[in-house]
Amino acid sequence: MNTELIDYVFQAKKAGLTSEEISSALKKSGWDISHFVDLIDDFNQSLYLFKQKEFFISVNGVSKNYGDIKALEDIYFNIKKGTVTALLGPNGAGKTTLIKIMTTLLKPDKGAVNIGGFEVLKEPYKVREIIGLAGQYASIDENLTGFENLNMIGRLYHLDKGGVQKRAVELLNDFGLLEASSRIVKNYSGGMKRRLDLAASLISRPQVLFLDEPTNSLDPASRQKLWGIIRNLSQNGTTVILTTQYLEEADNLAGSIIVLDHGNVIAKGTADELKTQIGGDVLEFHIHNKEELNSAARAIESLSREIPQIEFDFGKIVIPVRNGMGTSTAVEAIRLFDEANIKIQDLVLRRPTLDDVFLALTGHRTEEKV
Amino acid sequence: MIFFDMPNIKWIISDISEMTKRNLKRYARLPQLLVFSTIQPVMFVLLFTYVFGGAIMVQTENYISYLLPGIIVQAVLFGSMMTGVGLADDLSKGMIDRFRSLPMARSAVLAGRTISDILRNIFVVSLMVLVGYIIGFRYENGFFNFFFGLSLAVLFGFAFSWISATIGILVKNVETAQSAGFIWVFPLVFASSIFVPVETMPSGLKTFAEINPITATANSVRGLFLGGPVSDYVWQSLFWIFAILVVFIPLAIYFYRKLS
Repeated sequence: MNTELIDYVFQAKKAGLTSEEISSALKKSGWDISHFVDLIDDFNQSLYLFKQKEFFISVNGVSKNYGDIKALEDIYFNIKKGTVTALLGPNGAGKTTLIKIMTTLLKPDKGAVNIGGFEVLKEPYKVREIIGLAGQYASIDENLTGFENLNMIGRLYHLDKGGVQKRAVELLNDFGLLEASSRIVKNYSGGMKRRLDLAASLISRPQVLFLDEPTNSLDPASRQKLWGIIRNLSQNGTTVILTTQYLEEADNLAGSIIVLDHGNVIAKGTADELKTQIGGDVLEFHIHNKEELNSAARAIESLSREIPQIEFDFGKIVIPVRNGMGTSTAVEAIRLFDEANIKIQDLVLRRPTLDDVFLALTGHRTEEKV
Repeated sequence: MIFFDMPNIKWIISDISEMTKRNLKRYARLPQLLVFSTIQPVMFVLLFTYVFGGAIMVQTENYISYLLPGIIVQAVLFGSMMTGVGLADDLSKGMIDRFRSLPMARSAVLAGRTISDILRNIFVVSLMVLVGYIIGFRYENGFFNFFFGLSLAVLFGFAFSWISATIGILVKNVETAQSAGFIWVFPLVFASSIFVPVETMPSGLKTFAEINPITATANSVRGLFLGGPVSDYVWQSLFWIFAILVVFIPLAIYFYRKLS
């Protein structure tokens, strides 16, 4: 679809021109409008397309079932070019299924995904040309060398030989694998395989990069390094979509976060917006006498908009606090406990975890599946 | 056409050649695969010739002349079973997901695999002919017929590669692909004219051996190497090759597309 034409029709419609006037004006400037009759007739459609082109990726009502299990239910969201978006959720939330649908590996039962103007279901080859994918497990050939892996994948993107070789060396250098480039991948360490996998997904300079749990099983140093790489890519215009189970990671990397639970989008927004919803930091009080938990919760009710959560098993009370209000709220809580004559064993002020986000958004904790 | 699932034929050929190269490197770098696919058939030639050769009565002058055409067919069959094992290996390691996310021809994964297995089979067959020559085999029906016999054996292996590919995609696990691939090939190979003339078998088994496509192919190759009437067997063998390809190429591609 031609964006110039969409712009023109949208502006003309807004200015109140009739469909006939628009058609004749377009014909005069040499447009073949036979395919755009609906667009010219229907203001809503032109508005939809006009808005659509602001977004590089749109997911429209995607659903997927595995037998009776609803893996994804009616998912909608849009992503702008050059941004980093995190799909945040516990195991089994549907993150990987969504990535597989967006990368043409899996067909949705319902709905559509548009990436860079191409429909995933109708033009999968076009979509594959502009995306890169690093799956949950390093999918590289263990029997080839690092260089051979990158070279093969580059060639499968139909890039020319010389260009692929240059790009492969460049990436191997960027990812600290140049020295190991002629060694068989089987002998690489876990971290090296991970980096090579990421390099492989970048060989074609994809416009959109999908990373499924990229820092899973990486040590902290490698994780920091990877975060740096992802930030760099996004600054250079790559649209990045990653999945993670860690709020910290989403917070660090992503401009926008989409929270998934049981196949549903339960929240969307920037990290700050989500944190406002859960109130920034979290205060935890461990109460000495478990029988006093209920009265302790009542004692500090006034400190937060939300009702304090009681966790009987751990003998603790959790309340969200607004950013920067942590210490003053803690002092106030101690005074209130003192007044009510309740002894506390321990007090923790900490950053919210994914668990806290879930608690605030859904009222239940993430169900850990081992 | 199943192979033309993307517009540019040049890219399809390039994809298939990339995949073939990749698979061949794998054979070169995994010593156990190389041993299995080269030393084992050669060992079979030597063992059968010297251990059983004296005891088995055949019409040919020496047992190696009878054995070699048959054992070549056995070697390409066993070799073709590696197609499914290789595919299952890629599936279990997530490599296929990577390939499926690339703008490459989907058929290239399967075609690259079966073509690399043809090339490996050609190598193995050449090695067996060389060893056979050293221990006394000579072709007696002209070079053209000899070459035609070799080609028929390799083509037969190619057809079985597609059966193996279908199994590999369905089981998705290396160990299962290995046992599911070989368990049915063994009785087919032994209840045939590969090692002994079928006339000596009990009547039920003999009937089975006579309709066994492997007997038709082994007899064709033997006739083409040594002389004698072969055209019935050759037609039967070509029919089987055609029938297997017509059924299993679409079936393998169908299951490959359904993967998720």
